[in-house]
Amino acid sequence: MTNAIEIRHLCKSFVTRRRTTRVLDDISLSVKAGELVTLVGASGCGKSTLLRIVAGLEVADSGAVLVGGRPIAGAGVDRAMVFQDYSLFPWLTVKQNVLFSRRLAANLHDNLALERGAEEERARKLIALVGLAAALDAYPSQLSGGMRQRVAIARALMSKPSIILMDEPFGALDAQTREVMQDLVLDVVAEEGTTILFVTHDVEEAVYLGSRVVLLSPHPGRIDTIYDVPLTRARSAAMRVEPEFVALKRSVMERVRETVGLSHDRSAVGA
Amino acid sequence: MPSPASSGRWTIRGAISRRQFALYAVLGVLSPLLVWTVLSQTGVVPAIFMPGPLDVVRRFWTWVVNEGFVGDLTISVQRVSLGFLASLTLALPLGLLAGTFKPAEAFLEPAMDFVRYMPAVAFVPLMMLWCGVGEPSKVAVIFIGTFFQMVLMFADDVRKVPMQQIEAAQTMGGTPREIVYKVIFPSAAPALLTTCRITLGWAWTYLVVAEMVAANSGLGYSVLKAQRFLQTDKIFAGLIVIGLLGLFQDQLLRGLHYVLFPYLRRQ
Repeated sequence: MTNAIEIRHLCKSFVTRRRTTRVLDDISLSVKAGELVTLVGASGCGKSTLLRIVAGLEVADSGAVLVGGRPIAGAGVDRAMVFQDYSLFPWLTVKQNVLFSRRLAANLHDNLALERGAEEERARKLIALVGLAAALDAYPSQLSGGMRQRVAIARALMSKPSIILMDEPFGALDAQTREVMQDLVLDVVAEEGTTILFVTHDVEEAVYLGSRVVLLSPHPGRIDTIYDVPLTRARSAAMRVEPEFVALKRSVMERVRETVGLSHDRSAVGA
Repeated sequence: MPSPASSGRWTIRGAISRRQFALYAVLGVLSPLLVWTVLSQTGVVPAIFMPGPLDVVRRFWTWVVNEGFVGDLTISVQRVSLGFLASLTLALPLGLLAGTFKPAEAFLEPAMDFVRYMPAVAFVPLMMLWCGVGEPSKVAVIFIGTFFQMVLMFADDVRKVPMQQIEAAQTMGGTPREIVYKVIFPSAAPALLTTCRITLGWAWTYLVVAEMVAANSGLGYSVLKAQRFLQTDKIFAGLIVIGLLGLFQDQLLRGLHYVLFPYLRRQ
């Protein structure tokens, strides 16, 4: 079976007038279909850049990203993205935001070819899935930060992408809301079977969500360690205090701290 | 004794009730009016320099009945509308382009930056040379006074559209064309309308300038002619009319903003 995402020997540098900073150095990673892989690492490890390359929002200097066995060329409807904030369209209601992709030509001839009625129905189903059935006609400005991210997730799911890329989606939320949102992501994976690549700076979040946790070391970004999370896929809040969970969380955190010390170029500023 | 930060009307950035706001607003309008009345009625300032409010009202009425005020108003509004609409029609696409695509920005902005520092008033002689003393020269001055600024301000409005909105649309498969029409334009629309509100105010300024230099009709022309005949009361009436027109159109565009962008209303 082909991997959902296959990253091969990816390299990326940012060139400024003064210097060239290597952000990603020979990254190779495979993600199986339906898997939820989390990326963690100190600032400057290039985790967001890696995600943006997979999304097609940035271009690597060398290497390749294969999705469903084929190399990507720019952004595409098969890979949806959830940003940290400010990505909703403020002039559209919750339902219109979720349905937005249906107004783009790229989604009219895709493999799902949802019909008019079916579109509406799927939007309603997704909005209910993220728990916003009562806010269908609200504008983003009327919603809390957590509710806005729920809309962003529903919107990303609308086109039935095979992959969702999440770039610190809960970084701006308070701790309680964040835990609720993490369970929501797990529900979504269970319900829709979407493959998820999830970037976070929160190690607990990475361990709680991931079937694997990929730790990147900074300056330049390299894959340092890949942890298999020794928990069943059905996670629950109680697991957060289980010894296995806590032990893994602690060792990842310690390793993150060590990688900062190992940094090959201490003077480079985080990218 | 220290008082809590929330007490009193003069707290820094404190809130006041709507009624109190209205009270202060009325005071703000009435006090200069009062000073004006006192100065003119007591004869401290001679009537030839400062006629009283009642004289001005009376003179305004004569203007309406005998001196073709409606014609002056109509021609002025027509000139502003033409100049402003011409400016808007050209500046909007250019601003969208310059705010969206770097080559367009490089092509347009330095050049426009150069032109916008030339005072529009200084173009009046050239416009008269090119367009004659008829209507086109007034419209052209208004156009020059607003167009270059508008392109730059529109481009700025467009650049303020959050990158996340654009990238979200890109990951949904949006083409550049779709993103300009379905994301960038609607996202920037409230700011674009505000820019229109500001530049429309400037258009009035340039209209009056153009009419004072080369015209034989319009509000600006009437004010200038009144000065020649020492009709200070008519000058006052003209200035007040121009001020009220500006206020009226500003409120109109604010209202439009409110109606067009319900999602920006405070809950």
